Amino acid sequence: MDSFIVISLIKVVLVFAVLMTTLAYLQWVERKVIAHIQVRPGPYRVGPHGLLQPLADVIKLITKEDLMPPYVNRPLYLAAPFLAITMALLSISVIPFGPTIEVAGYQTWMQLTDLNIGVLFVLAASSMGVYGIALAGWSSNNKYALLGGLRSSAQMISYELPLSLAIAAPLLISNTLSLRELVERQSGSILSWNVLHGPFPQIFSFIIFLIAGFAETNRVPFDLPEAENELVAGFHTEYSSMKFASFFMAEYANMITVSCMATLLFLGGWDAPWPAAYGSSLVPAVIFAFAGVVALYHGMHPARRRDRLTLPAFGIIFLIIAGIFLLPMVQSWLVPLFWFCAKTGTILFAFMWIRGTLPRFRYDQLMGFTWKFLFPVAMVNLLVTGLLVALVS
Amino acid sequence: MDTIIFLIFAIIAVVCAINVVVQTHPISSAISLVGVMGSLAILYLLLGAEFLAAAQVIVYAGAVMVLFVFVIMLLNAGAEAKKGRSFMAQLLGVPLLIGLLGLLAWFVQRLYPVGTTVHFGGFRGGTAQDVGRALFTSYLLPFEVTSILILIAIVGAIVLARKELD
Repeated sequence: MDSFIVISLIKVVLVFAVLMTTLAYLQWVERKVIAHIQVRPGPYRVGPHGLLQPLADVIKLITKEDLMPPYVNRPLYLAAPFLAITMALLSISVIPFGPTIEVAGYQTWMQLTDLNIGVLFVLAASSMGVYGIALAGWSSNNKYALLGGLRSSAQMISYELPLSLAIAAPLLISNTLSLRELVERQSGSILSWNVLHGPFPQIFSFIIFLIAGFAETNRVPFDLPEAENELVAGFHTEYSSMKFASFFMAEYANMITVSCMATLLFLGGWDAPWPAAYGSSLVPAVIFAFAGVVALYHGMHPARRRDRLTLPAFGIIFLIIAGIFLLPMVQSWLVPLFWFCAKTGTILFAFMWIRGTLPRFRYDQLMGFTWKFLFPVAMVNLLVTGLLVALVS
Repeated sequence: MDTIIFLIFAIIAVVCAINVVVQTHPISSAISLVGVMGSLAILYLLLGAEFLAAAQVIVYAGAVMVLFVFVIMLLNAGAEAKKGRSFMAQLLGVPLLIGLLGLLAWFVQRLYPVGTTVHFGGFRGGTAQDVGRALFTSYLLPFEVTSILILIAIVGAIVLARKELD
């Protein structure tokens, strides 16, 4: 019992630290990706390739003056950012990152807690997260913020329907609500992942889930609640300093949750695309070794003077990581973790890619799209899936 | 442990429920109602009905109350003014409340004899499979009748909205 509490505490601290670092660096990655899409270097001044930019941003946000505008509804104005970030971080607690791990004789799951209603827990947390944005908009006593809050709550209610229907279809196939069991039912190869697995491949619900997930996280092309050319900054117009930062972190945490859920529901979680017997456990080592060799090569022929130092350093780091992936005692949990992070990272990259390339919807288009197209399609998909599952079993 | 958690959330539920009535601003009342729904979900969870708890949060605290808050924000409803209560309300309010609570207590006492106790986590039919099976077998008629009732409400809302447009 005592060891259970200690292990849980260690896991909570570890997951929280990793999540917070990921949140900070996700923002750096996003700025870099969008910068390169728009043919400009992006953050470059603080640290090599702007790698210390997130740290500088955190210091800036903490030391900024925390303004409290007059005539706001004080309790709700203070509670809204807290609510948004709490609900966003809460969903991570049921997400499994990998199989069991054994440290110093203790065996434990790479997951904070496994609920038998894990999927519903994530849905519940995300539906409570709407209050953070809606109340922030209302309590700020600002017409732009109010419009942003109104748009956000209408949008989230509307897109929650296709989202839930898209989640329900793979659940019918896997026949469980626990996220860990969901991954275990999909193990094998890429053909047993829900997105390709029979009786009815869930490719449509995967796409619907992603579209609705973009809308749930208020991301481009559905970022109407904070459309800057219409609403200044939308629901967080009046917020500054750490309160603004918590909305920002909540958005990125929601992005991570949606990507993790897509990975777990449709892409087989931490399972490799093909069995380890055919060498899938060597893939991470090969990828990191290749990256290390490329970095070393460019370090030999530097384009700028400082690259002579930084690129070989990164090359050696990549080669060391590649070596770690080959160690047999860590391979059993490190390789699944790699696949989980690779799948989640690919979806996160798609988030940034779309932000860099697509324009924003008009508000009536946004609503018409979900009610007249996405919702019926999700409904038909669920009916067909249910029929086929009933016929096969 | 279970008893302590039960007491905490039962108190939160009751305080929030009183707050719904006492608050003058509709948004504050709505938020208090969310608190009631949330603590009820925790109580369901304590009893062992985890699917019901999740559904309570998703449907009531999530969807229904967000719609409430949305409508209040859209209409920009202000705080209601406190009016002086009538003489009869002041005279009869407290005795009627005590009478109602007494009746409730009497019914509960009658329905459940003294011997029965509630066990935390004692309810075993709370999984999604059990709820689904119950809905589509023993409670099929109430389930379908409710859905038709909701359909009637939707049709009614559309009829009312179309009158506005003409």
